[in-house]
Amino acid sequence: MAGTVAARWQGESLAERYESSTATREPALVKWSIIAVSLTFFAVFLLLPLAAVFTEALRKGWDVYFAALAEPDALSAVRLTLLAAAIAVPLNLVFGVAAAWAIAKFQFRGKQLLITLIDLPFSVSPVIAGLIYVLIFGLQGWCGPWLQEHDIKVLFAVPGIVLATIFVTFPFVARELIPLMEAQGKEEEEAAIVLGASGWLTFWHVTLPNIKWGLIYGVILCNARAMGEFGAVSVVSGHIRGLTNTLPLHVEILYNEYQFAAAFAVASLLALLALLTLAVKTFVEWQASRHFED
Amino acid sequence: MHNESKPVWWRTAFLIALGLTLAGSGMLAQAATTLLNVSYDVTRELYKEINPAFIKSWETKTGEKLAINQSHGGSSKQATSVAGGLEADVVTMNQSTDIDLLVGQGGLVAADWEKRFPFGAAPYTSTSVFLVRKGNPKAIRDWGDLARPGVAVIVPNPKTSGNGRYTYLAAWGYAVHKGGNEGQARDFVKRLFANVPVLDGGGRGATTTFTQRGIGDVLVTFENEAALIDKEVGGDKFDIVYPSASILAEAPVAVVDKVVARKGTRKQAQAYLEFLYSAEGQDIIARHHFRPRNEAVLKKYARDFPSLKLFTVESVFGSLAKAQKVHFDDNAIYDQIVIANYRERK
Amino acid sequence: MSVASATSVASPRRVLPGFNLTLGYTLVYLSLLVLIPLAAVFIKTASLSLDQFWAVISSPRVVASYKLSFGASLLAAAINVVFGLLLAWSLVRYRFPGKGLVDSLVDLPFALPTAVAGIALTAIYSANGWVGRIIEPHGIKIAFTPLGVLVALIFIGLPFVVRTVQPILQDLEKELEEASASLGASRWQTFRFVVFPALLPALLTGFALAFARAVGEYGSVIFIAGNMPMVSEITPLMIITKLEQYDYVGATAIAVVMLLASFVLLFAINMLQGWTARRSGRDR
Repeated sequence: MAGTVAARWQGESLAERYESSTATREPALVKWSIIAVSLTFFAVFLLLPLAAVFTEALRKGWDVYFAALAEPDALSAVRLTLLAAAIAVPLNLVFGVAAAWAIAKFQFRGKQLLITLIDLPFSVSPVIAGLIYVLIFGLQGWCGPWLQEHDIKVLFAVPGIVLATIFVTFPFVARELIPLMEAQGKEEEEAAIVLGASGWLTFWHVTLPNIKWGLIYGVILCNARAMGEFGAVSVVSGHIRGLTNTLPLHVEILYNEYQFAAAFAVASLLALLALLTLAVKTFVEWQASRHFED
Repeated sequence: MHNESKPVWWRTAFLIALGLTLAGSGMLAQAATTLLNVSYDVTRELYKEINPAFIKSWETKTGEKLAINQSHGGSSKQATSVAGGLEADVVTMNQSTDIDLLVGQGGLVAADWEKRFPFGAAPYTSTSVFLVRKGNPKAIRDWGDLARPGVAVIVPNPKTSGNGRYTYLAAWGYAVHKGGNEGQARDFVKRLFANVPVLDGGGRGATTTFTQRGIGDVLVTFENEAALIDKEVGGDKFDIVYPSASILAEAPVAVVDKVVARKGTRKQAQAYLEFLYSAEGQDIIARHHFRPRNEAVLKKYARDFPSLKLFTVESVFGSLAKAQKVHFDDNAIYDQIVIANYRERK
Repeated sequence: MSVASATSVASPRRVLPGFNLTLGYTLVYLSLLVLIPLAAVFIKTASLSLDQFWAVISSPRVVASYKLSFGASLLAAAINVVFGLLLAWSLVRYRFPGKGLVDSLVDLPFALPTAVAGIALTAIYSANGWVGRIIEPHGIKIAFTPLGVLVALIFIGLPFVVRTVQPILQDLEKELEEASASLGASRWQTFRFVVFPALLPALLTGFALAFARAVGEYGSVIFIAGNMPMVSEITPLMIITKLEQYDYVGATAIAVVMLLASFVLLFAINMLQGWTARRSGRDR
């Protein structure tokens, strides 16, 4: 058992372990074919677009690139984007863990219905995702007049942007965890409970270590999308320069101003911010494996 | 299971996340006297220059220090936001229909807004012109050439872009001004749109398609955009062609009455829009390639604004709102034209 | 281990705590943030008469857009399942140069604002782009055709499949495969009968999510689609054109159709997923 756990801590050693045994490795030809096909697909659909973004961003040189990032409007957009993600991602994280616990560890009627409802925000066109909040909180909407009377700002301010962000990133963590927790079953938790551990302790010491990878991927995806969302946020933001523009909105304005290089520079910054979360993941892995060896 | 030896890193992270969850969200702080100008897409650079100039002139006149916030986005999306409660003191749009919406939605703007400022409350105009490849290999001189077989025309989608709508109206108006009746105008526009291979969502998408993707022989766009393309994308690759006649695209402005009444900023908002008509304001406008109303300023920048016959939306279509209804609403003339073109191509 | 399974078999009642708490929280959060806001779409649409509603949602152009949107989304999700599995497999099971980079770039489609992705894809696949230059002489046009829509939808959906399959693959017990091999199964048989059934629920989840996201996508598609009426107009574009006319009700009517159709499809996929999970999971 300890061996399996050790392998789980170290992504690299996992591949090593599979490749080291003839029972669990494919013939070299198969292996390299799979790698070749998947990497070609990766290159055509992911690497090339990224390369295109950086080519456009650097078309006018590094000076323009850095000037675009150092602009006060860009910096305030960075701050707002990080703030919205910092609120939306933890909320969806907690929800995701709770939902996955209820759905994966228990049998109840209407489970698939619940899962489908959780999926639903993805299929809602972004503009509609924004529009629903206008229908509710807008001046002509359900609570608009009341909100205005009490001088509470939801739309065209941070709360509206956060709400729209939560909506579009809603399913990520939950949907990442549910299949994983279903595959793992509940024997380990039940054993812990039978042995006298409290529910919280069981979650903390048994479940959380097991779902670590799913959790991390869920958060990374959720965070990337939270920072990159344009459509829904654009409806509720109000686009006030320096106040309610997020990075994707700032990119649009630059693009519409014919500042193509600057627009792509800011977009590349978003890509880099998303990579930052992966750096955090790698750091966590590294810490984890070091800790384990102690 | 060696639980005690397991790392705590990600558990700490989980706790921090929980903590963040409990933290509330902040509200935006507002300065003392702040105006919000909600505008359309390509005016960011314009108001970047207008705002400090007005703030300075207002301070010398009254001693009050103002701050002006800007909001930019697609024109109708911006109007939707203001209708939904975005607290704009003034709106500066590129279609009168976007301000009409605010009259209809809760009376945010006074019904007679067009009479509150000179020139139908439009301090500047633009017009639809052609951008062709260097040397004009397809010899495109006027609207008639766009409907010729074998010419590929790049126009943004009139269903989603004001720029595209003005192009359509300009082509229609050109046919009418050549003495055509409605049937002939419709046929002309139909042939023109049969030459459109790609309908981009917005003006910039169309520009990218024409300049970067190398698709099409001619791009129809606003004069100020053509000038920007010249500057940003490279004037050595394209020529601007002025047709014999085109549409006068007026950019209307209005004070949002309900908002200024509540915020007590009517005086400042009024003065701000009036400033757009001042000699100083008009000069800044002209430098950003919009056609100024002030004759003296227009003369000063005459080189940037070649003269051509300009017809208004009102003279051909009655009003922009009517044109929208008759031509661009669902299943109206534009839809009929493109569906007919699709059937013929099939 | 044996104690645990014995307990779960012996006592059908719930051993684990927290069901009421987590399900309650899930339902409240879901209602507040998703169901009530989505109800607004339905209530707004309800102001239409049935005839008006039908006229909006059944106009030929809108119907053509359903076909493109749903067809391309399903196809893109299917393609992503195949290649996403291969990519996830490579990332978990093999060592190769540049693996770390590949792993970190998989999430990119979410981080790039959709419009930027659309512009970048169009730049690559149009006639003068890096890829378009090579394939267009062979008569394959991608940018400004329905094929371009497919490319954009593959791009935005890929991370879903990779990232749902990856943790399952990392979590599989190696011993199972070793046992299978020691019992004489070939590597392919082991994959087919041991590994694949365990991955299937995650693959279906990935498919469902990639599909759902693709159906609603607007920003990236609009640049590469060409948006020709009846040919390359997606349903979200139909919604936008309604909004341009300030026809909110028309927009929500189409949104309702998309929502219901997506719901039915997702529900079917999730039922299938639940069935495969019960078959392959340890939870019986």
